[in-house]
Amino acid sequence: MTDQRLPSLFDVEEMELSFGPQHPATHGVLRVQLKLDGEKIVDAKPIIGYLHRGTEKLFETMPFPQCIPHTDRMDYVAAATNNQGFCVAMEKLLGITIPPRAAYIRMMLAELQRLASHLVWLATHAIDIGAITPFFYTFRERDAILDLFEEYCGARLTLNTMKIGGVPFELPAGWTERCSALVDGFPAHIDEYEELLTNNRIWKKRTIGIGVVSPEDAIDWGLTGPPLRGSGVRWDIRKVFPYDRYDEIDFEIPIGKNGDTYDRYLVRMVEMRQSVRILRQCLDRLPAGPVIAKIPKVLRARDGMVYGSVEAPKGELGYFIVTTDKATEPYRCRVRPPSFVNLQLLPDMVRGHLVADLVAVIGTLDIVLGEIDR
Amino acid sequence: MTDPLIRYVVVPLAQTVVILLVLLGIVAYLTLAERKVLAWMQVRIGPNRVGPRGLLQPIADVFKLFAKEDLVPAKAERFVFLLAPILIFVPSFLVWAVIPFGETFTVAGVPVTSFIADINIAILFVLGVSSIAIYGIILGGWASNNKFSLMGGLRSAAQLVSYEVPLGFAVVSVLLMSGTLSLVGIVEAQRDAGIWFFIPGILGFGIYFICGVAETNRNPFDLPEAESELVGGFHTEYSGMKFAFFFLAEYMNMLVVSSLAVILFFGGWLPPFPNLLAGLWQSPLLSWIPPFIWYLIKVMIFIFVYIWFRGTFPRYRFDQLMAVGWKWLLPLSLANVLLVGIGVLVLKG
Repeated sequence: MTDQRLPSLFDVEEMELSFGPQHPATHGVLRVQLKLDGEKIVDAKPIIGYLHRGTEKLFETMPFPQCIPHTDRMDYVAAATNNQGFCVAMEKLLGITIPPRAAYIRMMLAELQRLASHLVWLATHAIDIGAITPFFYTFRERDAILDLFEEYCGARLTLNTMKIGGVPFELPAGWTERCSALVDGFPAHIDEYEELLTNNRIWKKRTIGIGVVSPEDAIDWGLTGPPLRGSGVRWDIRKVFPYDRYDEIDFEIPIGKNGDTYDRYLVRMVEMRQSVRILRQCLDRLPAGPVIAKIPKVLRARDGMVYGSVEAPKGELGYFIVTTDKATEPYRCRVRPPSFVNLQLLPDMVRGHLVADLVAVIGTLDIVLGEIDR
Repeated sequence: MTDPLIRYVVVPLAQTVVILLVLLGIVAYLTLAERKVLAWMQVRIGPNRVGPRGLLQPIADVFKLFAKEDLVPAKAERFVFLLAPILIFVPSFLVWAVIPFGETFTVAGVPVTSFIADINIAILFVLGVSSIAIYGIILGGWASNNKFSLMGGLRSAAQLVSYEVPLGFAVVSVLLMSGTLSLVGIVEAQRDAGIWFFIPGILGFGIYFICGVAETNRNPFDLPEAESELVGGFHTEYSGMKFAFFFLAEYMNMLVVSSLAVILFFGGWLPPFPNLLAGLWQSPLLSWIPPFIWYLIKVMIFIFVYIWFRGTFPRYRFDQLMAVGWKWLLPLSLANVLLVGIGVLVLKG
């Protein structure tokens, strides 16, 4: 308050607005420092770190199997794929081949998780744009999926549902039938959401041409997952570097054309339908056999490093693990969270748009602060 | 003739008290109705804890809001901050002075009208008084000393001003047909014409209702309080009963807009199509249901549409909202006035 100069009538001043970390539309504790000209965004700076829990450092202090519960807490709406990423990387490091049944169970859990995660995305994205009803429909189905998880591993969110070398449990009796019923009914539910949104004029007006990302930009900035595919780049870890048994499964990778919010919405909707297709095939082909490979009680690594990645619902989730000889815990574990990388493009995507578009763009990036801050 | 004291003092006072109490009750239960209807649309149950089937929920809400701490932010402009809820609340009740909802009846030999006053410029009174509420919104947004509130207030002011214009023109088309500005006169004109004005004025009705939704800041035009963008919009900083005033005013405005729609386009308290149905259906039922109930049913249908909108639509963006108002509704409403004017000229000579 040192500047006592009276502002003249025509002095246009940029307004600074701190959007978050306590804000209903930032999906957690993201803070965006906005510079506004009226309602127009001149600049946006995402500020992260409010949910930092030192997960990577924690990994260095505990034996490999004990790291898995900590991966749950990163992308807390998609814990199964987090587990899967860590296990895939560790198996690559230790040279373990998992039994086919374990791989199929893993794929089923991962695809169920992808459905659950996309449902949360759709719910929050729609509610940010003002459509409140899809929220309740999607959470109804998500609850059914979480029921399946609960039946399998006892937890609904922080699943801890995979082990290095396979999965911890055999499927409970009747699980496949219940999963099958859910999978069969699911396309009808997706139709229901699409009925509310896909051809809605207001929805289209709010999403088409908003937050456009060119394919070149998307690749340069290292985007992965739906934000990359929405720009028309056909890239999916499940196809290009297949893990578990994804090479045996028949599915397609949807891509968008214009790289705007609407295309990313469509991509995710088709992805859900593809997940249903993968689940159907897994259920039909589920092989018999053990669910975990024969591995020593105490896992000891050699000198080495490995990068293993999976296609998480939000993009490429990678673990870079460095180990020393005979160590039982990682020397260093660096996580490449998809949300963190995807969030980088936020300022470019919203510059010149209005405040209302900011929430649409945050929604379409589908970020989870747990894995951004780790 | 009855005693002028009764005629000009006792009866209007009694009317005012009764109307105020009934309105407060209706508004309180509108909040419950909205939550229940939305819940049914959204595969939920809705409030069902307080009283049988949640029927006492509004009362519990009122007690809760009374008991809440009444915060005024440290850097708020105190006087204006207190003034804003009053400015928004009072006009929403004031307009009921001229809104009629039935025919005159007699109580103990004294004729009692179903309105407090039938002034000859009633529609202007309603539009004028309800415009005062804009000051409440913009002042409340400004006085909170909060950037989100300020943006909500500014959005709201721009929105209300721009939607008032096509709304006014839509009303003008009705005035052309009825030839009077009195709300009672408009209903009587519809009775005499034997046709409700929404049939010749379907375009005008569409414009009126869209603008009405925008005027009441309801979805899909609920930008001023867009929760996901502006947290709470202009009432972010308000708590306790001050917040309740904003909240009640919103529901009251829904009632006002719906009531006006019923009066202007759907024959007010008249039973549906008496002269059309008379031949088909000698209807004891239609005449047995009192006019007030007909009126209430029609208003509730509009309220339901409001809630339905909220359960269905996403929200417009600010610039798109202005584009809809100025680029579509305004030219359309002007064309509508012209069309109706020509029609009236041709038919009435």
